Amino acid sequence: MSPGHAPSRDGATNPQPIDFGEFVRRRGGRGALVVQPRMGFSDPARMRAGLLATRAAHATTVGTITLDSYTRVGELRAAGRALAEGVPLNGYPIVNHPPEVTRTLLDGVRDDDFPIQVRHGSAVPAHIFASLVALRLNATEGGPVSYCLPYGRTPLAESVGNWRRGTELFVTLREQGVEPHLETFGGCMMGQLCPPSQLVAISALEALFFHQHGVRSLSVSYAQQTSFDQDVEAVLALRRLCAELLPTPNWHVVVYAYMGMYPVTGMGAYRLLERAAELAVMTGAERLIVKTEAEARRIPTIAENVAALEWAGAVRSDVRLAAGIDSETYAEAAALVHAVLNLDADVGRALLAAFRHGILDVPYCLHPDNMGRTRSYLDTDGWLRWAATGSMPLPGAPGRRRPRVLTSAGLLNDLSFVRRSYDGVPAAPTKASA
Amino acid sequence: MINGNHFYGVDRQPTAIVSTVASDSHTWNLVFLQLLLEEHGYSVANLGACVPDDLLLKECRELRPDVVVISSVNGHGHQDGRRVIRQLRDCPELAETPIVIGGKLGIAGGEGVTYDDDLRDAGFTEVFEDGAPSRVTFDQFLRSLPDRAGVAV
Repeated sequence: MSPGHAPSRDGATNPQPIDFGEFVRRRGGRGALVVQPRMGFSDPARMRAGLLATRAAHATTVGTITLDSYTRVGELRAAGRALAEGVPLNGYPIVNHPPEVTRTLLDGVRDDDFPIQVRHGSAVPAHIFASLVALRLNATEGGPVSYCLPYGRTPLAESVGNWRRGTELFVTLREQGVEPHLETFGGCMMGQLCPPSQLVAISALEALFFHQHGVRSLSVSYAQQTSFDQDVEAVLALRRLCAELLPTPNWHVVVYAYMGMYPVTGMGAYRLLERAAELAVMTGAERLIVKTEAEARRIPTIAENVAALEWAGAVRSDVRLAAGIDSETYAEAAALVHAVLNLDADVGRALLAAFRHGILDVPYCLHPDNMGRTRSYLDTDGWLRWAATGSMPLPGAPGRRRPRVLTSAGLLNDLSFVRRSYDGVPAAPTKASA
Repeated sequence: MINGNHFYGVDRQPTAIVSTVASDSHTWNLVFLQLLLEEHGYSVANLGACVPDDLLLKECRELRPDVVVISSVNGHGHQDGRRVIRQLRDCPELAETPIVIGGKLGIAGGEGVTYDDDLRDAGFTEVFEDGAPSRVTFDQFLRSLPDRAGVAV
């Protein structure tokens, strides 16, 4: 399991990469952070430059190779055509580039002090997993629910099957002495307006799914939402649930800087990123995915990414919050997780049954396999709360669940709340046009 | 109030289809439009992300909606929209249906290149392009539609 015999510079000849999870747990946590950008370029030279700049940043960093959207949906011919015509893609087409090209790109970049994660977003990931195994790229992320429901029309049952087969292929890396690492994307569902208890539940369930199919090095995600106090509750609930449920000690928490409408001012953007970093260090989360000041306008440059990494990576805290506390978020998340696990011993089948019966039901998610009977709202204190719980078995405190007539103007205000708060812009009037 | 993802219209209420184009995975724009149309009295079938041309065609032919609203924000809307409107207009029962498209339709953000004339020539009733002037507002367009008896706007 230990890749400790690898030379420090693993390149084309002897790629024996370190376990991503082991690295992050050693360097992050206990008030320190490993920081990571989102970054993907179709040109191998530019991709390599981005990784080298990430590695050289004054922070504890890990590298990211984000794949392009043609590769994500399996349109490899379209990706090939773009490469042939020199049209830049929105990420690195890892399946189309010959393996030697990617090995050369990684040579002298990836080493024991700089593991790399591949990020994609695919509900049909078989070809991606095959490339990762061939290249010994041993860290990636996703999930059967989180890479399916928010983004397309792939039936959930197909996504679960695809992810089961992909995961089982990925863990064959262990036969080569390489530890595969998988991160759940479930804590980021829809980017915004999903009450944290369901994010926590799906993140934990996807980790259990990965473990059931052989992954022993895991991370669980959570995306910063609208209230710092509620986010603290959520990350602590996630830690507690994982400690209770995951049958491996090799797991960590990754916090994502806000994924919804980002502040447009530089000051607002940096303040929001800083709050995400504070959330991570105070709750003992080991890793943070950053956003940049350019986020609201365009894809950030390498330099903007490095600046964001250094800003977030410098945040420290002496405050250590214990994960054991009881909270409404923990109670709801635990109720959802246990209700799902009781449906079937196979986590994949349990997830399918849960969505079929509305035990899990993501608000505002339009996928045909999501029941769509739940609604959330942004309360006056900035907390995300349930306006309608559909068939979800949530315990206690219905007093805080107010049926609310949601208006189009109200939705826009909720979606833009964080941007307006951090940019210092007042809300628009919410009077409906009726 | 909460219809779920499998709700199709009840009688006597005007119906609308909200959709995006085949290549577009964004949905918050569709959620917003559903609410807006419901506020205008419509019963809404929201087709969700990445709607293939043949699915949109099938839903329009089966539901015979009073209006079809297509929204896209990924920059490919002008290409995908031009392709699908021809297929919709080729169906005799949809030849006169009000069908509009809006959003971020190209990658230039409405500056310089606009697709308004082009897409109306292709068959859209109106075009609401982000960052570019349109002939009427979306509210004005909805108010102009016939057969809205009993619906307070």
